[in-house]
Amino acid sequence: MGGGPGRRGRLRGAMRVPREQLRALGLVAPLLIFIGVTFIAALATMLMRSVHDPVVADALPETVALLRGWDGERLPAEAVYETAARELSRAGEERTIGQVAGRVNRVQGGLRSVFTRTARDLEDEAPDPAAATGTPWRDALIALDTAWADPATWHAIRTTGERFTSRNYLNAVDMDRLPDGTIARQPEERRIYLRLFWRTLLVSGAITILCLLLGYPIAHLIARAPPRRAALLLVLVLVPFWTSLLVRTTSWIVLLQTQGVINDILVAIGLVSDDGRLAMIYSMTGTLIAMTHVLLPFMVLPLYSVMRGIPPQHMSAAASLGATPLQAFLRVYWPQSLPGVGAGALLVFILSIGFYITPALVGGSDGQLISNMIAYHMQTSLNWGLAGALGGILLVGVLALYMVYDRLVGVERMGLH
Amino acid sequence: MKMNGCQRVSAETTGCGDCEPGLNARVPVMLAAVLAVAACGSGSDAPQSITTVSWGGSYGRAVNEGANIPFTEETGIRIEVEDYNGGLAQIRAQVDIGEIHWDVVDLEIADAVRGCDEGLLEPIDLASLPPGADGTPAEEDFVDDGRTECGVGNLYWSTVYAYNADNIPGEKPATMADFFDLEKFPGRRGMRRVPKVNLEFALIADGVPLDQVYATMDTPAGLDRAFAKLETIKDEVIWWEAGAQPPQMLADGEVTMTTAYNGRIFNAQVLEDQPFVIVWDGQLLDVGQVGIVAGTPRLEAALQYLAFATSAESMVRIARRISYSPMRKSGMGLVTTHVVAGVEMEPHMPASPANAANALRYDWAWWVDHADELNERFSAWLAR
Repeated sequence: MGGGPGRRGRLRGAMRVPREQLRALGLVAPLLIFIGVTFIAALATMLMRSVHDPVVADALPETVALLRGWDGERLPAEAVYETAARELSRAGEERTIGQVAGRVNRVQGGLRSVFTRTARDLEDEAPDPAAATGTPWRDALIALDTAWADPATWHAIRTTGERFTSRNYLNAVDMDRLPDGTIARQPEERRIYLRLFWRTLLVSGAITILCLLLGYPIAHLIARAPPRRAALLLVLVLVPFWTSLLVRTTSWIVLLQTQGVINDILVAIGLVSDDGRLAMIYSMTGTLIAMTHVLLPFMVLPLYSVMRGIPPQHMSAAASLGATPLQAFLRVYWPQSLPGVGAGALLVFILSIGFYITPALVGGSDGQLISNMIAYHMQTSLNWGLAGALGGILLVGVLALYMVYDRLVGVERMGLH
Repeated sequence: MKMNGCQRVSAETTGCGDCEPGLNARVPVMLAAVLAVAACGSGSDAPQSITTVSWGGSYGRAVNEGANIPFTEETGIRIEVEDYNGGLAQIRAQVDIGEIHWDVVDLEIADAVRGCDEGLLEPIDLASLPPGADGTPAEEDFVDDGRTECGVGNLYWSTVYAYNADNIPGEKPATMADFFDLEKFPGRRGMRRVPKVNLEFALIADGVPLDQVYATMDTPAGLDRAFAKLETIKDEVIWWEAGAQPPQMLADGEVTMTTAYNGRIFNAQVLEDQPFVIVWDGQLLDVGQVGIVAGTPRLEAALQYLAFATSAESMVRIARRISYSPMRKSGMGLVTTHVVAGVEMEPHMPASPANAANALRYDWAWWVDHADELNERFSAWLAR
């Protein structure tokens, strides 16, 4: 990927031959369409979901409109109750009530059943407006469930009724909007995501450093070995790379667990007692070990491809000019291998930020990362909006890192060729 | 809903004015319709196939042998089996884009209720199901537990805790309190990495009477109490995710005791001769459900399968392969011995009177309401 004037010249030449350009476009079109449909469109949809949620606004449009004029403290007016009763009952018939109930339940736990039950009951026993005086609909709803006498319920409808919302992003950084409109931190026991983002960054950084420390000498060894031995060593790096992630993770469980191979050996040679077996897995240690192993090839391969291009004579030349081996390494070899370091580190770091199977299996209680929460919201809680917001923050974070890297090292110097 | 799949789809393509609900991607819908019409054109008498989705492992095998294979033999309808780990995500994705390839799903009851409320599952009329083994109409044959609008109950199952007798010398644990007693029984514990079941177990161990457990959990102070009790063993807990992990961890000696699905422990006991012991005290008795994905073009065949799979005979066949007992009264007395191991099933069933003497019924309605906030709180608690 070398830059320079020659390349630019060639590009300008290509502009003058649109037919060739068209043909090139035709050749890459299948890939572009594929990426557009499976990646860009999917990404855009998820990001859209994180700010756009029309379910409540579509199901209870008039109620939401009326609540805009509500002060948020006293109970809403009779008209609001009447409209809400009518729209809830309709949502029950149209079977959209479940989705509405799920949305408000995220703001106020316990409301799911209040909404589904109220919708069901309203079909059977609507109040007779002619017979009643005062506030028949308010009384009727409160009689069905006392939650309708709680302003928090109405706040939940108003909040979830916004078509375009910042709620998911607020929740993703452990904040929430209070009934009076101010933004505040979540109560202590519900603060989770910032901690997980931070931990994910720390773990990814630690794994990147571990991979670099372990991978650099290996890559150097392979680059300098005679061809036949280099091929053999390369295969040793590639075989785990080609092996299923699940297989490798579970192998680590077999090795590291309390009754596992490593502990058995340590006990057999008398290093630890049978009662004092080491707990190396189902903790952060397990996550670090297994993920470092899984990601090591992503560090070794770019390093190797860059190191192979560094002429061995450079080191000899440095030595002949009087440099000690350390000086020669620091001032001659290391700077030349930097593009490989950058590429490997960026690959490993970005991959480990999104890792989730390995921490889920060997992570224990303190080894969970942010991607485990995203998977949870995608698969179990069905809160795709929040999953989209968490993913969006992660995406922005990775792009920011990439830009920082570009500033510091320069993307065109990255050894990804 | 009585029309067959082919007519339904073609009706949608011709008059697509109001067939909207939830279908925000028009192209896949049209594509699915075209494909379905093409399939109909090739003759609706051709042998059909439906996709059923279950939980895999030893339970999946039991369902396969007890319901799927006999169904194909009887009707000629082929069955594709897929495995999943619960949740509504895949069903919702299929219903949203209108391309349904799952037909019948084995569900947790909370998901059956939520899925029904969200229009992801077809409502099922119990009266349309075949009568019990002794001729009792279906409506009276099914037990009252876990009757839902869209799900048909199939089997009782439960979460219990179990230990490996080889690894606990001397006095053995017998109560839920023992599970939380690190002084009497030191060693690591296995628990599922979810708040449900664990919070109930913590309160039972803390001395809350069974009939008060959910009332206690309904108060903030009660929840604090449950978390405080969990906190006492937190450092010793290994959290598991898949049902196959607990028996493995017991066999490896990784944990001294672990919560587990009773059927998985049973299978390890009788088929692998493991010295595992189930402690039934304080077990959480739950019910499984079978439902049909809303809008499946193979509704007729799916209904046929559902009726077959939830017949007393199928339940009995499954219950003779894994220790989950039938939810039809007429099937309860017919479960005899395990088909391979030959052991009497009754003493291993979670709903048998001896085992259920001190059982807590899982309150799915409470959890449908509180799962969101408690999952967050539980994750935050774990991460601390």
